[in-house]
Amino acid sequence: MTCTEFLAILDEVIDQSIAAETRAEIELHIKKCGHCEVVFNTTRKTIEIYRAHELYELPTDLRDRLHNAIMEKCKKSKGPCS
Amino acid sequence: MVATIQSVAGDEGQHPDIALVERVKAGDISAYDELVRKYERQVFRIAQHITQNREDAEDVMQDAFLKAYEKLDQFQGNSKFYTWLVRIAVNESLMRLRKRRTGKLVSMDEDIETEEGRVPRDFADWAPDPEQNYDNSELSEILRKTIQGLPRGFRVVFALRDIEGLSTEETAEALNLSVPAVKSRLLRARLQLRERLSRHFRPGAKPAPPPRQAGSPAGKRV
Ligand SMILES: [Zn+2]
Repeated sequence: MTCTEFLAILDEVIDQSIAAETRAEIELHIKKCGHCEVVFNTTRKTIEIYRAHELYELPTDLRDRLHNAIMEKCKKSKGPCS
Repeated sequence: MVATIQSVAGDEGQHPDIALVERVKAGDISAYDELVRKYERQVFRIAQHITQNREDAEDVMQDAFLKAYEKLDQFQGNSKFYTWLVRIAVNESLMRLRKRRTGKLVSMDEDIETEEGRVPRDFADWAPDPEQNYDNSELSEILRKTIQGLPRGFRVVFALRDIEGLSTEETAEALNLSVPAVKSRLLRARLQLRERLSRHFRPGAKPAPPPRQAGSPAGKRV
């Protein structure tokens, strides 16, 4: 496996949607190729960090206010059954 | 009607949203209250990722849920309710941006003609658990600035797929993109974020804070 081939399936490797035979090839390539090992680990870490940190939090009071506004609007609208 | 519902349900049983949607269609608005509660934070986040503006995201969230409610009879049940809702939220976000830019057409495809992120360039490894070198507000600021720097078409694919956990197919449906387009954007988004985060996360990227002295301002950013 070359670095280009590895990069082409990086997403599948990260998402673990990879056939067993290919996985063995990947592991072999990572063992020999420091660059791809770093790219793999740091990309996986990137996703992990973004998943773990909520960037746009909705404070409870604002959430409740928006929620009530939505439901008010829906009650005033003709609705799906008109 | 029954046939469409069963085709979604497959072997794993019916998705709980389907029953809620049916109740709303039958006139039970409290079932819609449940659906809004369930997805309002996600819709808000997605609108934030697209518009990058808090007020716009608040407006989009309200407009999207109202529109979904009014158009609910058009929801066929051949996709998940959530995916259908996200698609509405994406369109509302783009419309909102268009208004801001006084009518200029806004799409998911602009700003995408960049070579950045096609291939990785930075091969320096990161510190172990590098995010722990920053306090929460510093880290959030880094993560926000970094993702905000991506072209919108990449940013949104990453947000839906990796942050909100939609599948590739659902992301494609929500954004009206092909599956290969989603895949190629996802890879480039991931690589660009990785590359941009590198400068903050390599070992020694953040010098240890100087020992705090009495009277020095607490929590000041380096
Ligand atoms: Zn390699």
